[in-house]
Amino acid sequence: MSDNISIRHALKKYGDNVIIPDLNLEIKEGEFFTLLGPSGCGKTTLLRMIAGFNSIEGGDFYFKDRRINDLDPAKRNIGMVFQNYAIFPHMTVRKNVEFGLKNRKLPKEKIVEQTDKFMKLMHVDEYAERLPERLSGGQQQRVALARALCIEPDVLLFDEPLSNLDAKLRVEMRTVIKQIQHSVGITTVYVTHDQEEAMAVSDRIAVMNAGVIQHVGTPKNIYQRPANLFVSTFIGRSNVLRGEKLVIENGKTYFVTKSGYKAEMTNVLPEYQKDQEVILSVRPEEFLLSKDTSVYGMTATVDDCVFLGLNTHYFVHLESGEEVEIIQESSIDSIIEPGTQIKLTINTDKVNIFTADTEVNILTGVQNDCAN
Amino acid sequence: MTKSKKKFEVWTVVSLVLLASFLLFLVYPMFGLLKQAVISPEGEFTLSQFQKFFSKSYYTDTIVNSVKVTLCVTAISLLLGIPIAYFYSFYRIRGAKTLFVLSILCSMSAPFIGAYSWIMLLGRSGAITQFLLNFGIDIGSIYGFKGILIVQSLKFFPLVFIYMNGAFKNIDNTLMEASANMGCTGVRRLISIVLALSMPTILAAALMVFMQAFADFGTPMLLGEGYQTFPVLIYNEYLGENGVDYNFAAALACIAIFVTAIVFIFQKWATSRYKFSMNALHPVEKKECKGISGFLMHAYCYILVAVAFLPQLYIIYLSFRNCKGAIFHPGFSLGNYETAMKKLLVRSIKNTAVMGVLALVIIIVIAVLIAYLVVRRSSTLNNTIDTISMLPYIMPGAVIGLAMLLAFGKKPLALTGTMAIMVISFVIRRLPYTIRSATATLMQISLSIEEAAISLGASKLKTFTKITVPMMANGIFSGAILSWVAIVTELSSSIILYNNKTITLTMSTYVAITRGNYGLAAAFAAILTVVTTVSLLLYLWISKSEDVKL
Repeated sequence: MSDNISIRHALKKYGDNVIIPDLNLEIKEGEFFTLLGPSGCGKTTLLRMIAGFNSIEGGDFYFKDRRINDLDPAKRNIGMVFQNYAIFPHMTVRKNVEFGLKNRKLPKEKIVEQTDKFMKLMHVDEYAERLPERLSGGQQQRVALARALCIEPDVLLFDEPLSNLDAKLRVEMRTVIKQIQHSVGITTVYVTHDQEEAMAVSDRIAVMNAGVIQHVGTPKNIYQRPANLFVSTFIGRSNVLRGEKLVIENGKTYFVTKSGYKAEMTNVLPEYQKDQEVILSVRPEEFLLSKDTSVYGMTATVDDCVFLGLNTHYFVHLESGEEVEIIQESSIDSIIEPGTQIKLTINTDKVNIFTADTEVNILTGVQNDCAN
Repeated sequence: MTKSKKKFEVWTVVSLVLLASFLLFLVYPMFGLLKQAVISPEGEFTLSQFQKFFSKSYYTDTIVNSVKVTLCVTAISLLLGIPIAYFYSFYRIRGAKTLFVLSILCSMSAPFIGAYSWIMLLGRSGAITQFLLNFGIDIGSIYGFKGILIVQSLKFFPLVFIYMNGAFKNIDNTLMEASANMGCTGVRRLISIVLALSMPTILAAALMVFMQAFADFGTPMLLGEGYQTFPVLIYNEYLGENGVDYNFAAALACIAIFVTAIVFIFQKWATSRYKFSMNALHPVEKKECKGISGFLMHAYCYILVAVAFLPQLYIIYLSFRNCKGAIFHPGFSLGNYETAMKKLLVRSIKNTAVMGVLALVIIIVIAVLIAYLVVRRSSTLNNTIDTISMLPYIMPGAVIGLAMLLAFGKKPLALTGTMAIMVISFVIRRLPYTIRSATATLMQISLSIEEAAISLGASKLKTFTKITVPMMANGIFSGAILSWVAIVTELSSSIILYNNKTITLTMSTYVAITRGNYGLAAAFAAILTVVTTVSLLLYLWISKSEDVKL
């Protein structure tokens, strides 16, 4: 009963203020799809356009082949979970959960059966006759989820559902949400600004910024081969080294840092294989650190180190003055003291390189399903 | 959900019907009033009526008097009402429920009954006056400014109490805790957090008290003596000894609207500086109050309510006293009630009930519809309706009565003397208040709750009736109770519109007082008190609320 969602040339504006200029998106049937971005990027706006609570100024929205632009929100068969849960305060948990079913005019026994099933599934059956005001945030969220699932919707929408919960509950609930989604297999669109949460639950993620989708891909691909510099810095941490050079020598492609460190890159796209200025984006774990200063690499000085059990974080500055962060697996011998000179090399398999002007990734392996 | 492609909607029809009704029953009479004020009987445009008013201090003084006493009443009502609301909402006061109910009862009585009772207690030959004179203590005159101030303050502080109680309930406990957490507690927290958060409500309550006190006709009529206020002047000019002068009365009415409009605009401006919405997910838990401060809090609440309630009890007491004309004699009997039976008692009660309930139902339906239209379907049309519906807010009762009479006194809409015109004037008088409370309530309901209902397949109408209206119920009831109070005790417009067939309990009481039948008046007033008490208790019983939720 699940639908795929197609969005073509979506346009959203308030007055003359354009929020989403021209957005295209294909969400596959049964997948867990997340809209991720900083606040104000238009992700909630887009979700509410899908739900029917925001007007659509242009473009087409399809559930399967059904155009839903002008379809009443009540008829879209959507299950929606709101940030503030939106539990009806004057109704018991049972009344809340069965509300959607009652609107379908199902037979009474069927309603009770279905309501019980989903209250059990979400473990809120013991509070069935309680009013919501005496429930905790986590319990209210479970009720909201039970209520959304109960109508067996074609599409499930989540608007930052975990942002009002504490960290532990957040991790617990996201696991619950993911498991439930997989077991019922409903196409799900999930909005969040928390990238870890997005990675944890999603089949695919769309990273948005300023109303434009930057990258659509699996969590792994988005992290390892971000389509552009914004994605690289928004997802996880990245050390951005600007003003570096890409040079071609004897048919081979190298990058050269300001301090003269040079390494061969074998995965630069052919059209970018030319001398140019580039930006290196190196994640903290992509630096290789050597205490032996005689090896080839960038010279750096340790400023500070933080031991976090599994890993140790080093804050160092390069000869060129740039400050970078490095993560190393903690070793049993002593930690490198601040002030120590070290040598750094870069893992060329993992590093990402962007053009200096358009800031797009010039390496192979970027899988961006974004049609823009 | 592109609106332009929507077919003709139910809500559009609702908007248009409301607009048409307002145009007929509100805008048209207002224009009639204005026309009467500036067009001479010969049909020429003239400002001579206004010249007449401003040329004599006999007239202009009434405006000064009214504004002065009303401002003082507003200030004192706030000073009395806010503390009791605070104690009631934040501390466990013993007998809190009773206090609250008694306060509502105080506000339920017609102000002029309070005035009448206070005259009986503190007037020249009042019970307390005489008693104290035995000890050589002269408490002085309560007539004039002082008397109006006392009676109106005691009458209107419960309104502040009720309003503020609602506001305090919406303060989330976490805000209180956050403030304590940052080292702000006690009086400082009361001022910088609690009162600041309640500022919109404080201003709303202040405006409400001002409008009601300004428009109050009965109290200054009975207690004012030489201190003539504006509504009294309007009434005297309209029905005074000099014969009917519609034109001058209409001109006075326009001036009254002008004054209240200025106050209204000032209040709007003040309120616009405090715009925020609150939603108490965690209502404040009432604290135990012990020791001296606990005692003082209890003493304050008890004494205040006792003093405010005293006149009601005294009236009931008087109603059983033997009485001949204006003189009470020793001994008790049901003589006053027997006289009342002969004087239209049954008809008065029936009229009050029928017209009151009818008006109330109309008011609630319209108020809920307008609140929904304005808050959830804001458009030029709906905002226009909202603005028009607020017009009566600035029209004193006497003005509305006059406007109704001028508009519907002749064909094609000759309604004078019918129940219809009374009901219409009740609705017009009370509608703005109920609309305000309904709108305020709806604004505090998060839109996502309605969206949740719609996404679960509920139609817009079902969402409205099953989700929106039940969630508004508390707010609507609070407005409705106040409206019922005001309808039952309405005097200032009824006095112009009533006749023998449509006489209400309040009117019967007033007529008895002005004719010097004090015993009879006491009997009518006592019955009025009982009727309002019973209706309140009935409401509490039906709504089954544990706490007195208004």
